Amino acid sequence: MKVSLTVNGKDVTADVEDRTLLVHFLRDTADLTATNIGCETTSCGACTVLLDGESVKSCTVLAAQADGHAVTTLEGLASESGEMHPVQRAFHNEHGLQCGYCTPGMVMAIVSLLKENPSPTEAEVRTGLEGNICRCTGYHNIVKAALAAASTPEGAK
Amino acid sequence: MSILGTRVIRTEDPRLLTSGGVYVDDLREPDLAGAVRATFVRSTVAHALITGIDASAALEAPGVVAVLTVADMTDLPAPPPAEPLPDDAPPQEGPAPVGGVWQEPLLAVDRVRFVGEPVALVLTDSTYAGEDVAELVSVDYEPLPAVPSIAAALSEESLLFPDAGTNVVVRGARPIGDDSIFDGCEVIVEGDVVNQRVACLPMEGRATAAVWKDGKLTVWTSTQNAQLSRLILTAVGLPPDAIRVVAPDVGGGFGAKIGVDREQIIIAWAAKHTGRPVRWVETRNENLLAMTQGRGQLHHIKIGGDREGHIKAYRLDVVQDSGAYSRMGGFLPMLTNLMAPGVYDIPKVEANYKAVVTNGTPIAAYRGAGRPEAAATIERAVDWYAAEAGVDPAVVRKRNFIKKEQFPFVTKMGAPYDTGDYESALDKVLAAADYEVLRAEQKRRREAGETMLLGIGLASYVEITAADAGAGETAKVEVHDDGTATVYTGSSAHGQGHHTAYAMIVTAELGIPMDKVEVIHGDTDLIPDGVGTYASRSLQLGGSAVQKAAIEVKEEAGKKAAELFEAAEEDVELDAEAGVWRIKGDPDKSLSWAQVAGQADNGLIVANVRFTADRPTFPFGTHLSVVEVDAETGKVTLLRHVTADDAGPVLNPILLEGQRHGGIAQGAAQALVEEVLYDEDGNPLTATLMDYGAITATELPSFELLTSETPTSVNPLGVKGIGEAGTIGATPAVHNAVIDAVSHLGVRHIDMPMTPVRVWTAIQKASAQKVSAQ
Repeated sequence: MKVSLTVNGKDVTADVEDRTLLVHFLRDTADLTATNIGCETTSCGACTVLLDGESVKSCTVLAAQADGHAVTTLEGLASESGEMHPVQRAFHNEHGLQCGYCTPGMVMAIVSLLKENPSPTEAEVRTGLEGNICRCTGYHNIVKAALAAASTPEGAK
Repeated sequence: MSILGTRVIRTEDPRLLTSGGVYVDDLREPDLAGAVRATFVRSTVAHALITGIDASAALEAPGVVAVLTVADMTDLPAPPPAEPLPDDAPPQEGPAPVGGVWQEPLLAVDRVRFVGEPVALVLTDSTYAGEDVAELVSVDYEPLPAVPSIAAALSEESLLFPDAGTNVVVRGARPIGDDSIFDGCEVIVEGDVVNQRVACLPMEGRATAAVWKDGKLTVWTSTQNAQLSRLILTAVGLPPDAIRVVAPDVGGGFGAKIGVDREQIIIAWAAKHTGRPVRWVETRNENLLAMTQGRGQLHHIKIGGDREGHIKAYRLDVVQDSGAYSRMGGFLPMLTNLMAPGVYDIPKVEANYKAVVTNGTPIAAYRGAGRPEAAATIERAVDWYAAEAGVDPAVVRKRNFIKKEQFPFVTKMGAPYDTGDYESALDKVLAAADYEVLRAEQKRRREAGETMLLGIGLASYVEITAADAGAGETAKVEVHDDGTATVYTGSSAHGQGHHTAYAMIVTAELGIPMDKVEVIHGDTDLIPDGVGTYASRSLQLGGSAVQKAAIEVKEEAGKKAAELFEAAEEDVELDAEAGVWRIKGDPDKSLSWAQVAGQADNGLIVANVRFTADRPTFPFGTHLSVVEVDAETGKVTLLRHVTADDAGPVLNPILLEGQRHGGIAQGAAQALVEEVLYDEDGNPLTATLMDYGAITATELPSFELLTSETPTSVNPLGVKGIGEAGTIGATPAVHNAVIDAVSHLGVRHIDMPMTPVRVWTAIQKASAQKVSAQ
C-alpha cells in the first residue's frame, strides 16, 4: 500500500507491504537509521519517535497508521544550523549515554516528557522513563540529563 | 596541569546523539547492497533427536533465496580434534574441554540440546519474508528427557552427550575435606545459596553482516574483540589473513560479545557458500533464547567462627550450570573459587567446583564472570554468620578484613592481591550513609511495629581484573605532519569511552589537543593484532599500551626536533602544556608537532607496541544499600545505594562514574528482579522482554558515589579495572539489605531475585516457625 509521511519535515511516500512497521519504514524506506529496534514487544523503548509531537514506540505502530501524519526522529531534533536540542546537549554534558543504542529512544522519550511536564521531579522523570530500558548507564545520568534539560529555558520546546 | 583526572565529556557523543550510531543493521556499505536477510530456524524443544528436516514448502515461498542445513556444510573443515575427557585422578582444573565428545556444532547435526539452538538458516530478500519462510521449514523431533536444572544434570538420568558418559564437564582440583576445619568454631552456618541464571541483555543483540569478494571474507559483527572474532571465524576454512573483521558501533556487550558465537560463523560461511552478501540481526526473542547468559551457579557454603565475630573457616562448593554447551567450562567457577574468601583473612578456606551441562542456553561471561558469584556468596555468608553470632555486620567485616599493611597479600586460594585498604572504603561508606542513624531508624520502626521495614545491607568486595594480564594489549600511535595524531588500539569500545580516554592519554603525553587525536579500533585490516575489551582490562592494559606508544613517539620526535633545531637531543624538550618542542632555556624558539613530524620519513612518527603486565590487579570497595520492605506484601524498594569503589587513580571521573552506575544497576537487578527461567521440560519462560524483568528507572534511585584511589604498581598508570565493580559489589549489598530488613522476624536467607512473593513467603515461613517454636 501507498504510505505518505512527513518525516523530520520532509515528505516520504512509498509503496510498502501492509504489515510494514513504522520503525522499518523509517529505517529502510526513509533511510533514517538512528531509531533502533530493541525488543519488538513495546517493552524497551529504543524505537521511540514522536508522532505528531507525542512519543510512540515505532515497533508497535504500522506505517499505515502513521499515513498522513508527521514523525520526528532523533535526526530531526537538532536545529537547522546543526545546534543540538537541549536534551541532546544535556545527554552530552551529563554523560547520559554509553553504547548509544537506547539513546535515540531515550532522548525522544524525554523530549516528549518535558513537553508534557516542563519541570518534573526526579521521581516523575523516573516514572516517565519506565518504558525505556538502558543497560549501560543505570539511568543515573539519563535522569540527570532530563532534569538538566528541564532547567534550561528552551528545554521543553 | 595534566588533563588526566579531569572531567572531560565524551568525544564519542555528538555523533551518537545527532545521527545515531552505526550498528551492524545501520551499515550502508556498497558491498552490502542487496544483502540477503538471514533468519535462523531454531529448535522448539529442549532435548531431542532430529529425525528429519523438510524444507520443500519453504523453498517454494515468496522471497526465499536459500534454506541451508548441516547437510549443506560439506565445504567446512572438520571440527577440532577431541580433547581428553575429564578425569578425577588427577582432576582437571581450568577451562573444560570444549571439543571432542562435548563439541558444539554449527547448525545442529542430529540432536538439539536447548530451545533456540540453530537448526537451519533461511536466506530471503527481506526481513519479513525471513520470518514467513522460517515457519515453513518443518523439523521432526523425537523428544528426549530434558535436563532443565543443575539437580537434573547431577542425577545423570538423562545425558546431553551420551558419548561423554556424564553431564559433569569438569571438576576442580581441590577436594572438599572433612569438617575438621570447623573444629573449635562456636558459631557455624551452613546452607545453599543460589546465584541464578540471568540474561546479559545488551540493548543491541547479536548482529553480523558478511561479504565474500575477491577471495576475502569481510565480516562486520557486533563484538568486543575483532581480532579474536577473526581467529574464531577461521572455522569457515579460511586463514586469518583472508578474513577481515570490523566491529562497527556495538550496542553493549557485557561479556556476551567476547568473540563470536556459532551463529556468526554460520553467517560468514553462508556468505562464502552462496556468494551473496548476508546480514543477520537477531530479534530480542532470539537474543533471550540463544545469546550466552550469565551466572547460573549453585553454592553450598559453610562458615564458622567465634561469638565475637572472628571468622575461622569458610567452605564454598560450586556447581556451575554451563547450559547446553560448555563454552567456558570450568573457567567461571574457577574464578569463583579463586575469589572465594573475598576481602577477609580467614585462617582456613576450602573451595571446589564442578560444571555440568543442562538443556538451557549456554552460559559464559557476564559482567564480572565468576567474581560476582564469589562476592555474592561470601558477603551473604558473612551476614548470615553475623546474624547468628549477634554481631553487627560492619563490625564482623572490620574484624576480618585483610589489613592495609598486609599487602601484597596472597590468599588461601592463591590470589595475589596487589594493593588494598578495605577498612577505609567501609568507613567512608558508613560515614556517608549515616550508618548509626539508619540502624536507629530501623530499630524505631521495628519497635513501633511499623510494616514498612528498613534494611541496611553491606558488601565489601575485592575482584580480579585483567586476569589475562600477560596477553596485554596493542597500541599504535602515529603523529602526522599536519599535527594530528591517530591511535590504533587492540581494545574495543562498546560504550566505555575509550576514544575519549585514550585521546586524553595522548594529549597528556604529547600535548596534542584532543580534537586532533583520532582513536581507531575494531578493524583487523588496520589492527591485525589485538586482544579486546573484557575482564575490566582496557585502561590498565590498552591505556598503558597507548601511553607506552606515545612515550616512544615522543622519544623519536625528540630526535627529529633536535635535527631541526640543530641542537643536541638532550637540549630539546616537549612543552606538553603548549604542545610544542623547545630548546631548553629558550622560550622564544619552538617547533610544532607538524614541523617535527614533517622531518620524519613520510611525514610520520609512529610507534607500535604491546603492553603486558606481569599480573592482574585487584580493585575493591564497599557498597551499602538501604531498602524498604513492605512486610505485608513483600515488596522491596531500593531507597539508597552508597559506594566507594577503588580502582586506583581516576583518568576521567565521568567515565568511571558511568561504569559504576551501570554496574550497580545490573547488580541490583540480579538481586531484585532478573532471572532466566525454564519449565520442567526445558522450555524457556522468559524469552521476551514482556517476561524477562529488565530493571527500569522506576525501580532504582540515584546512586551516591564516594571516591577512593589506591594505586597499583602493576602498570605505569597505576590503575585497576572498574567495569565490573558495580555488579560485584551491588548484588550482595542489596541482597543483604533485604534480608536485614526482615531478619528480626527470623528470616536468615532468601534466594535471588527477591521478588515480592519470595520475600512475603520467607516472612510467612519464619513467622510460622516462630509460632510453632513457642
